[in-house]
Amino acid sequence: MPLSPQVAPGGSAPADAPQRLSVTLTVNGEDHALALDSRTTLLDALRDHLHLTGAKKGCDHGQCGACTVLVEGRRINSCLALAAMHEGDAITTIEGVGTPQALHPLQAGFVRHDGYQCGYCTPGQIMSALGMVEEHRQGWPSHATGSVADRPALTREEIAERMSGNICRCAAYPNIVDAISEFAGEQPA
Amino acid sequence: MSSTTATLRMNAKQGLNRADHAPQGLIGAPLDRKEGPLKVSGRAPYAYEHHPANVAFGYLVTATIARGKVNGYDFDAALAVPGVVAVIDAGKRTTTQAANTSSNPEQGNDHVTHYGQPLLMVVADTFEAAREAAAKVRVDYAPEEGGRFVLAEEAPKAKTPGYPFFNKANMNTGDFDGAFATAPVQVDATYTTPSQIHAAMEPHAATASWDEAEGKLTIHASYQMIGNVAAQLAKVLGIKADKIHLMSPYVGGGFGSKLGLNPESVMAAVAARALKRPVKIAITRQQLFGISGRRSDSIQRIRLGAEADGRILAIAHESLVSNRDGETFYEPAGISTPTLYAGENRLVSHRQAAMDLMISVSMRAPGEAIGMLALESAMDELAHTLGLDPVELRLRNEPDTDPQAGTPFSTRKLAKCLTQGAEAFGWAERKPQPGARREGDWLVGLGVAALSRNNYLSTSSARVRLTPAGTAEIETDHTDIGTGTYTILAQVAGDVLGLPMDAIEVRLGDSTLPKSSGSGGSWGAASGASSVLVAAEALIEQIAKRLGVEADQLTFKDGQVITGNRTMPLADAVGPEPLEAEGTIQSGAVQLTHTQVAYGAVFAEVAVNAVTGEIRVRRLDATLAAGRILNPKTARSQVLGGLIWGMSGALMEEAALDERRGVFVNHDLAEYHVPVNADAPAIDVTFLEEDDRYANPLGVKGIGELGICGSGAAIANAVFNATGVRVRDFPITLDKLLDGLPD
Repeated sequence: MPLSPQVAPGGSAPADAPQRLSVTLTVNGEDHALALDSRTTLLDALRDHLHLTGAKKGCDHGQCGACTVLVEGRRINSCLALAAMHEGDAITTIEGVGTPQALHPLQAGFVRHDGYQCGYCTPGQIMSALGMVEEHRQGWPSHATGSVADRPALTREEIAERMSGNICRCAAYPNIVDAISEFAGEQPA
Repeated sequence: MSSTTATLRMNAKQGLNRADHAPQGLIGAPLDRKEGPLKVSGRAPYAYEHHPANVAFGYLVTATIARGKVNGYDFDAALAVPGVVAVIDAGKRTTTQAANTSSNPEQGNDHVTHYGQPLLMVVADTFEAAREAAAKVRVDYAPEEGGRFVLAEEAPKAKTPGYPFFNKANMNTGDFDGAFATAPVQVDATYTTPSQIHAAMEPHAATASWDEAEGKLTIHASYQMIGNVAAQLAKVLGIKADKIHLMSPYVGGGFGSKLGLNPESVMAAVAARALKRPVKIAITRQQLFGISGRRSDSIQRIRLGAEADGRILAIAHESLVSNRDGETFYEPAGISTPTLYAGENRLVSHRQAAMDLMISVSMRAPGEAIGMLALESAMDELAHTLGLDPVELRLRNEPDTDPQAGTPFSTRKLAKCLTQGAEAFGWAERKPQPGARREGDWLVGLGVAALSRNNYLSTSSARVRLTPAGTAEIETDHTDIGTGTYTILAQVAGDVLGLPMDAIEVRLGDSTLPKSSGSGGSWGAASGASSVLVAAEALIEQIAKRLGVEADQLTFKDGQVITGNRTMPLADAVGPEPLEAEGTIQSGAVQLTHTQVAYGAVFAEVAVNAVTGEIRVRRLDATLAAGRILNPKTARSQVLGGLIWGMSGALMEEAALDERRGVFVNHDLAEYHVPVNADAPAIDVTFLEEDDRYANPLGVKGIGELGICGSGAAIANAVFNATGVRVRDFPITLDKLLDGLPD
């Protein structure tokens, strides 16, 4: 390289070193003891420290849903959660849902219905759908629900509304709804 | 090992080939994606998702002015952040997003040409430390006044652009001015579109490792075209391209933003070399709105002069677009206008203004995406003025041959798309009078537009290997950016070589593999799949030679080779050593002798709230004629995406500019509106039978962009039919409707 980069080296004394925390995360049924910068998000703990990269970083601001995981069965944007807040919680990532050789029925449905294109938002879509189907089972209404007193059927409109926190720029939305609709129809009410 | 090469140059229309016999029934079958199980289980590794030992984390420092000089930097506070390894100042090598055709992507960091330009990179042991330190770098700017941010203001200085990959910027035939002036019916309308951002879900990212002993860079990054980018990166780094191993087997969306060299790859490579340590970086979502490139804003004037019966006498499409200083790429908004409708007197022109904004690059369907939005809106205006049905107007202007070039069309089924689509959609129910259909608070309207996208073939090579086990391996640096490349390449190889899908392995996105067309311009399937066809046929020649028979006496099916009354396993025919062939497809004379375009018709139903102006697209119906369809499942997905992108361009997308400072202020996925699931309407997609052997030996045409090339206009026209309000300043947001809504 004829031109060398100017490298200003760091490494001065850690006078105000960030706090490092010992955190044990329970992911897909396994405990992982980590020493983390206290600012580490749950998403970065999963991706950079546990190398569970199924949860994706699309925006890091809770705007796209690619980082969706289940915490105690609820879907959350893991980029908006600090890892340290979830010690002891049961965290489920896409890696804990199924494997390429043994896909979960919803994962198989995404393949069959082509509910993806580039695949980057897909794990988040699937985790979000799993959480959403459970929310519906528990009777949660949505913006698309006519009356909060009713128990709405999980129609295409309900699914589309409840899945609108997960952006798919390839716009596989009709197929995503097909996959979720089929899976939800097979679930006990 | 036996290895041969074969090249097909498209100098003549092609006849039938082995892929037409389709012994495995793969071509044309709606097969699931080969890589699907990896994607849905989170096991497909994207660029950032590699974990070399001792990897450090990078974070960019980007410019907070749009125009000026950099006097200097103060790193002290940044370097004091615990965990910081270095601040990398790559000097002249610092790049911003490069055009894919750029031979000189270097940019430097001593002057600023747009807000958000990459200047430095902080490297730290953790992401958190790198982010903190990047915020503590102080840049001493000498800002310059007179920033050029507003397209209309730059119009007087705009110039005719030159870019070798499109039609000429200016095309004339006949006497437009004379014919328009005397035309009995005239439409003269100007449409504007804002800058748009690709916003692929996967941010631009790279993981770089430097092998000092070998002088070699290994880099996982996210690109649509591997060979070109490896060459650009080599140029910037001052090393030979064969010292770079670039891999993009999975790409989380591109849409044009990953065609050329991206800055994070350069910075990661420079840092990994300087620090003797692997470095990874993903550009943040906010930073991407100042880096990843934009679709140019545009001002498009369209004039249509017609007879009272609707026959077009004169047609003009004049576009003003913008880019940075020195860039040759321009958004060819008028690219469909030379060929779409009849008319003897024609004028298409483009001018480009230099602006102090981030680079304009290709974004899904460069040209047509915004050009068809304008042209097909104008056609609707003409139909309304004439009191003629918009479908009928288009049918009356079907040309027999390319009205600009005079050449025959290779195939053209636009009329059938329009009539069959109208039938399927229920177009007859449309009320010609705007605002005539109301359902409670909702005004309901129907609209139509043609889809038109020029078809391309790009030089592409692939290696196909038959193994002694009787399986096949396909290797090419082609990419699958969600398009289905893994799957369709295997389908073609399987039907030629008589192998089932699971006997075929596909390796993509690796700079050590044969150079391909890459994914762009909707040419990926035609080019990549044709190269696999050529290679597979060359393999059959090798087998014929081994068996001492003529190739045409051989039949391949279910892993068996059949000749006369002999049947043997393919493995036996291959023998103890693998057989290999590299196939190359090239465009040729037929790309000039025949005008090649993919067509379609899209119909839209929208509802506009009469009180709030809220617009909901209820349904879209697209009928397309785009050659043979290799895989109706993945092809339909491409069309769904394209149609929804068209909707998005008509109703949502706008990189909102602070005209004082040149900043795109809505720089994230909450404020830059892209469609979410609840925005997607019900969509029907129908492919007409078509086979275009002028296009390539497989008879396919590009489909990845066709859906976007007109669907926005169908929606805009439906909004007009619903409300009587014609919005020419896209996107059509409710504030632009409110004043004109009927009481």
